[in-house]
Amino acid sequence: MSVQLDDQGRLRHFLTTEGLDPRLLTRILDTAESFAGVIGKSVKKVPLLRGRTVINLFFESSTRTRTTFELAAKRLSADVLNVAVDTTTTKGESLLDMLRNLQAMQADMFVIRHNQSGAAEYFARHVDPGVAVLNAGDGWHAHPTQAMLDAFTIRRHKGPFEQLRIAIVGDIRHSRVARSQIHAFNGLGAGEVRVIAPNTLLPSDVDTLGVQVYNDLSAGLRDVDVVIALRLQHERMQGALLPGESEYFRHYGLTESRLASAHLEAIVMHPGPINRGVEIDSALADGPRSVILDQVTNGIAVRMAVMTMVLGVQADTAREVS
Amino acid sequence: MSRILIVNGRLIDPASGFDETGDVAVADGRIVRLGGQIEDFTPDQRIDASGQWVIPGLIDLSARLREPGATRKADITSESRAAAAAGITTLVMPPDTAPVMDTPSVVELVTHRADAAGAARVVPLGALTQKLAGEQLSGMAGLAAAGCPALSDGNRPIRDSLVLRRALEYASTFSLPCLLTPVDSSLAQGCLNEGPTATRLGLPGIPAAAETAGLGRQLAVAGATQARVHFGRLSSADGARLLTTALGENRKLTADVAIHHLFLTDQDAMEYDTRFHLEPPLRDIIDREALRQAVADRVIRIICSDHQPHDQDAKDGPFASTAPGASGLDTLLALVLRLVEEEVLPLHRALATVTLEPARLLGLEGGRLDEGAAADLVVVDPVDPWFCSEERLRSRGLNSPFLGWEFSARATHTLVAGRLVHQPDGP
Repeated sequence: MSVQLDDQGRLRHFLTTEGLDPRLLTRILDTAESFAGVIGKSVKKVPLLRGRTVINLFFESSTRTRTTFELAAKRLSADVLNVAVDTTTTKGESLLDMLRNLQAMQADMFVIRHNQSGAAEYFARHVDPGVAVLNAGDGWHAHPTQAMLDAFTIRRHKGPFEQLRIAIVGDIRHSRVARSQIHAFNGLGAGEVRVIAPNTLLPSDVDTLGVQVYNDLSAGLRDVDVVIALRLQHERMQGALLPGESEYFRHYGLTESRLASAHLEAIVMHPGPINRGVEIDSALADGPRSVILDQVTNGIAVRMAVMTMVLGVQADTAREVS
Repeated sequence: MSRILIVNGRLIDPASGFDETGDVAVADGRIVRLGGQIEDFTPDQRIDASGQWVIPGLIDLSARLREPGATRKADITSESRAAAAAGITTLVMPPDTAPVMDTPSVVELVTHRADAAGAARVVPLGALTQKLAGEQLSGMAGLAAAGCPALSDGNRPIRDSLVLRRALEYASTFSLPCLLTPVDSSLAQGCLNEGPTATRLGLPGIPAAAETAGLGRQLAVAGATQARVHFGRLSSADGARLLTTALGENRKLTADVAIHHLFLTDQDAMEYDTRFHLEPPLRDIIDREALRQAVADRVIRIICSDHQPHDQDAKDGPFASTAPGASGLDTLLALVLRLVEEEVLPLHRALATVTLEPARLLGLEGGRLDEGAAADLVVVDPVDPWFCSEERLRSRGLNSPFLGWEFSARATHTLVAGRLVHQPDGP
């Protein structure tokens, strides 16, 4: 998506991890590291976005993502406005009208979640110059900040990507998280990215994204360093994609014993919210391998990093301020 | 009725193979003389076609004009005039209007509007079933009497195979060709070809199996009837292959392809550009090449524009939420001639796909250049470069996937029934 970069190759918007330069991906992670220090302090605020207005525009309900974006913006001292939109508003004209009206409120940044793939890019193409768009999830297409916070978590726990084998388990077909993770991990030079799912949950030609494809969980987990379970939406049971949750858990649910073929030090991740006993059992989710809560914490630092980068604020000052 | 003499043009008739430089004399709506130097004819108007071609007027087998029902997008007047300016003398209109063309009164409304517009002819297709609901047969004999040369499912395939069979059988009673949409709707739940591009963009994909499953069922049902069946808008290599096999057993079958499927692929939609949101979807390069080959092999005999003009709102928004379809009248002739430039088809064959073949299918008078034939013809400047821009489009639908392309051929004069309906700086 060329629209997300300016002429100098800097982030103007953050819409997707696909095609991003490895140096840029690394810079996002490095910038997030500097903000992680801020989050650990008793006064968790820096004035980098003071006077700026961030509008969270959510066409799909989300508590976790919206909250972390809001926290990130507030910790950067921005003014935040939350707008939850009735999802029946799907006509382009209405979207554009809404965007123009909100822009008239002098917004500097829109954080957008929408159930249609390409919606974030659509907004990015229509905003005024100088206004940034952050994709908080669009349809099945992308959820780039989630992928970057996952990458951040992996780097903190496992070090450089070059030697890592990463497996993503579950509903790849409908997952914007998986697509963004695949592009981010490959962009950061991961040794191998695998997807593990029954064929009904794999998109066609998924190998063209740069992954190894497995139907069998234990074969797919062999020698991996990172295991990411994806959320399984309940409606997938209605669309003849799966026979039921119990069969899914039997064949693709993560348990300590099913991780036997993985690396001894392998970590377990999940973008949340978890369906316990469907994607992962409680013992594993709450156990020592799990870094699921770290992901949530890291989400704030990563979103702070991206927010400063798209608005052209030098995050180096974060260290000085903190 | 004006008398027109076109002089010194390259006269090309794909029906007979005639291809010589000479004159054409038109009177009383017909071609009265063809070829050589015509000196004993007193015209009211004389057109110098030196360095230009004179060809039969194009017959576009599928053009939605949005009237009745969606005149905010386009109407019969605007689109028939745009067609005339693009060298199209006959527009064949599918029945999926609002109300549906399933009664003589709707057909008469359309023909009355087209006559009043005084540009390209408009040939309405009757609905195979009432309201295109796929349940009750339409009054086919009445529709034929009102001016429908054929019947169509209007992009809404009849799901019930028994109803389909009965519809084909009943239509064959009156020797009415039936134009079908080869698609299994349950497999076509998406907005882009199923493949790497749709996967990348996170868009629901439509597999080629949606076409072959629909086509296979329709072929089987058609084989159990005497009907003359035509399949509209093939889009895949698998579909072309299946049709090739079927043609070996049933020569009554014909098919068409939309011109954009011979030039574009799903990769053109890579940036969520909604101009490339089409139905059937653009497929991959292998499909595109297979379709070109099928046209070259005469498996697919007809090319159409599949014109679907939209207003800006319909194409404005995230990809899947926008309306499918492309505006195609303005570029049909130029693209067909580009197939000749790219050596996909020889010139006569290329012209036949948009003149002779659709005329044959529907039993229309046009599509040929011959003494006594209706004077539906076009003077074409084969070397008149033009840039496809919104300003240049005559259709009210600006949703052309070919904006930004450069073309080299243009219709300079268009005659319908001997009347000049398009000329430089004219109507």
